[in-house]
Amino acid sequence: MPFDGSEPYLKIENLWKAFGKFLALKDVSLEIHEGELICFLGPSGCGKTTLLRAIAGLDLQTKGSVHQGGKDVSNLPPSERDFGIVFQSYALFPNLTIEKNVAFGLENTGRSKVEITDRVSELLAMVGLADQSKKYPAQLSGGQQQRIALARAIATNPGLLLLDEPLSALDAKVRVYLRHEIKELQRKLGVTTVMVTHDQEEALAMADRIVVMKDGVIEQVGTPTEIYSTPKTLFVADFIGEMNQIPATAGPSGAVSFGNGTMKSLSHNFPEGHPIIAAIRPEDVIPHGDEAHVLGSDDVVETEENALEVVVSEMEFLGSFWRCRLQHKRFGESELIADFSINAVRRLSLAEGGTMTVELPKNRLMAFERPEAVE
Amino acid sequence: MTDATQHNLPPGPIIKGKLSRDDIIMRGSMVVIGLYLLITMVFPLYAMLSKSFSTFQFDLSSYEVQVSDETGTTFSNPISLNDLNEQLKVLEDSDMIAGSDGRLGVTQFFPDFSFRSPVKYRIRNTTDEGRFLVGSTLTDSTDWVELDSNTFRRVQLRPVKSIGFGNFQSYFDTPALSNSIKNSVLIATISTIVTVTLAFWFAFALSRSCMRFKGLFRLIAMAPILVPSLLPGIALVYLFGNQGMLKELLFGASIYGPIGIVIGSVFFTFPHAFLIISTALAISDGRLYEAATSLRATPWRTFWTVTIPGARYGLVSAAFVVFNLVITDFGLPKVIGGQFNVLAVDIYKQVIGQQNFEMGAVVSVVLVLPAILAFAIDRFVQSKQVALLSARSVPYQPKPNKKADWILFSYASLIGIFIIGMLAVCQFAALVKFWPYDLSFSLNNYQFDRMDGGGWGAYYNSIKLGLLTAIVGTAIIFFGAYLVEKSNGFRTGRAIFQMFAMLPMAIPGMVLGLAYIFFFNNPANPLHAIYGTMAILVVCTVTHFYTVSHLTATTALQQMDREFESVSASLKQPTLKLFGRVTVPVCLPSILDISIYLFVNAMTTVSAVVFLYSPTTSLASIAVLNMDDAGDIAPAAAMGMMIFYTNAGARIFHLIASRGILSRTQAWRNR
Repeated sequence: MPFDGSEPYLKIENLWKAFGKFLALKDVSLEIHEGELICFLGPSGCGKTTLLRAIAGLDLQTKGSVHQGGKDVSNLPPSERDFGIVFQSYALFPNLTIEKNVAFGLENTGRSKVEITDRVSELLAMVGLADQSKKYPAQLSGGQQQRIALARAIATNPGLLLLDEPLSALDAKVRVYLRHEIKELQRKLGVTTVMVTHDQEEALAMADRIVVMKDGVIEQVGTPTEIYSTPKTLFVADFIGEMNQIPATAGPSGAVSFGNGTMKSLSHNFPEGHPIIAAIRPEDVIPHGDEAHVLGSDDVVETEENALEVVVSEMEFLGSFWRCRLQHKRFGESELIADFSINAVRRLSLAEGGTMTVELPKNRLMAFERPEAVE
Repeated sequence: MTDATQHNLPPGPIIKGKLSRDDIIMRGSMVVIGLYLLITMVFPLYAMLSKSFSTFQFDLSSYEVQVSDETGTTFSNPISLNDLNEQLKVLEDSDMIAGSDGRLGVTQFFPDFSFRSPVKYRIRNTTDEGRFLVGSTLTDSTDWVELDSNTFRRVQLRPVKSIGFGNFQSYFDTPALSNSIKNSVLIATISTIVTVTLAFWFAFALSRSCMRFKGLFRLIAMAPILVPSLLPGIALVYLFGNQGMLKELLFGASIYGPIGIVIGSVFFTFPHAFLIISTALAISDGRLYEAATSLRATPWRTFWTVTIPGARYGLVSAAFVVFNLVITDFGLPKVIGGQFNVLAVDIYKQVIGQQNFEMGAVVSVVLVLPAILAFAIDRFVQSKQVALLSARSVPYQPKPNKKADWILFSYASLIGIFIIGMLAVCQFAALVKFWPYDLSFSLNNYQFDRMDGGGWGAYYNSIKLGLLTAIVGTAIIFFGAYLVEKSNGFRTGRAIFQMFAMLPMAIPGMVLGLAYIFFFNNPANPLHAIYGTMAILVVCTVTHFYTVSHLTATTALQQMDREFESVSASLKQPTLKLFGRVTVPVCLPSILDISIYLFVNAMTTVSAVVFLYSPTTSLASIAVLNMDDAGDIAPAAAMGMMIFYTNAGARIFHLIASRGILSRTQAWRNR
């Protein structure tokens, strides 16, 4: 069946991978569309690299199928699949010059010498390293090596580009710069790309869609905003960004109870009284002035039950914002972490030991299943 | 939500990957090299093992005889030879043990036998197993054969073959043979203790002091590797032999025997122990010494709590390597051992001297056991050593200490004089006209063509063997190591291959050589044709020195990025292109190391090839042995020194060539 574009470009169905008794992938299914940039995100050992290597055919899955471009590639060796790959180590051939590294995949493909030279120059120009062609990999910086590896991987115009933690060996600054570069290049070429990373910031910044994985299972698939603002599980909520976690019980739908009160929250399906975790991101906590309850003031609390008068126990300056630890008897021993802008801190003249009113907006307060193990 | 523990692999078939062309090529090549090792090592060893269990015995009860009267017409009742023997007590039970070619005359059972008498004899086999010869005609039927007395004296019984421990039984019942076990273990143990102690302090001096001429001492310490193990024996004959220069130093003790073997063994095993121990000392962490100093530990305490624990795996490993080298060495005890029997020489004596191949096989099996044990322990210890290395270790920098430096310098000088002295004695002996009567110099001893042993031809054969071994061996071994390291899947196949590659190190050269006789000299073997040619010498030498080369190659390959093959496959390029364009160039330094290792060892080896050379393929090292055997000790020394100079030259050439090649092909190493 020829590939017509209406089907997903890469279709992974019920993939299992066993290493002896250990299951690295458990019934993983996923669809990736043409031209997408997908990030596999998760802590080490979650199976993201295993999944990538199964897609590439480098480590065959134990069970399940992989279709690429409408073709079943489930049991094909890497050399009979259509992909380019960049590894964390770059795996540049140390004894070949930059241009020979890039040309490696172009040889024996029916291209003439001139065509190869032209293509190599074009690629090197594309990654901005045209003047380095005669150097050896060891003579380049890490970021430059990374770009050469990328140029080598896309030299033959593969249908699929696989990136295995491509940035994790680099300095923070170079990393930020390169992730922009890679994204740009990917958009220009329109090549379907799968990238493995454990860095959530990288995934949020680059991906069209993120696949969050844990213990060999996909926890959630979604756009960066979806993943961030409506995480499906506590794991996703906790792994990406910061998240306050307050042990609570479920109230009637759209409410959670902790301490001795109830707050309005996003709707949930837990029966009343079910043990849950109420969660809110630090930046979602809204600061109000002392006058918040006064009618006509600018600082209007939208949901009266969700407002709390708290004590600021500790403030930490993190450059673009303040991270505050807030105490209230309803949190018990734990503290609520809230990020306030510098402006808000100045306007409310917040100081350690002072009191203030905060609101946990109901459309930001989430309810998750409480894990059985008590932390 | 999703609970991981609830998941189980669903039933149904597991996905079988389709093999790519590269996979097929690589597996095919691995099978080919695996077969090579199977044929050049496993099969011969099996042939030898089965030989050691085949016993040959004369079974008198399977023959019956009848004797006629003077007229030759009336015959006595049939009587079994066994009954006859019991009546007459001609032969003991021990006389029944034979080799595969054993023959037993029958006339001894007839005390009044005369070949002129008109008496006639009848003989037959009582079982299908029985066989006897009349002249050279074999009879294995149970029919009576009637013979006149003149023909009857040409009847000879043939032994019956059976499988069992008979050979081992008789080995251990013969003190002259089984004593060698004790001798060999004793010699190896003493040599090990002496060598490891001397080498440790030598390595210590080089790594922990600020004495001068360290490079020179390192060079001297490695010199014994360039000569056959026979050579120190010859030097000792000149120094302490019956007309030795320093004979008085022994106070009447004879150098021919354990003393000589130990001194010579220390000489030729020294570099091996030194290399291992100095590596172990080199990886010690300098920070530990700083910690010890800051804790105000005395040097003595630092030595016992930091230096020795850090080097202990190296010491143990060196001890087993030396033990293995000494117990399996053949050349040295052959030259200087005198009446002191050791296992390796026993094999030679049984096979070459007495043509008793079965007993040779038995001694080989006995010799393999301690060698394999020492090898296994060494591998185990070396696997522990790795954990000691840490990327953050800081190399130790010794600080000058005048007194200690002088003591260690004097010590190192003594060792240096010992090594140089042995070589110098040989060179001196080679140039002197007729020790000790005519001390004028001449080159007479270099006219090898006038002596036994193969002459200058043998020397050129050795060089040919060295070059062929280096080229063929390096190619096979490196490619084999590449296949094991870098092919996908095929785990069982790779594990078996790896095991085959490790085995040669545990097999003493004498045993390998003898095993080759059994396997390749069998006319039924289609490979029989290579017996007696240069080819079998090359094959045997490559196999003999396979393991160390394989390990060198493996280490180099493991330092290569594991993903090169993946990248190459994703770019749809054949793996062999990657091998040629990247792997070989990057590993070139190690490849050159392997080739020089094989060359030097091919030049010096005696043990394996001593059973396999033919008059046209005699070797320099064998010539040393044979000339010494024939009493031409001075020419033997001269030939030994030729090997030394050749190897030293090869080393220098290797060094220059490596530098040249590296500067041209390894430009990428420089930033």
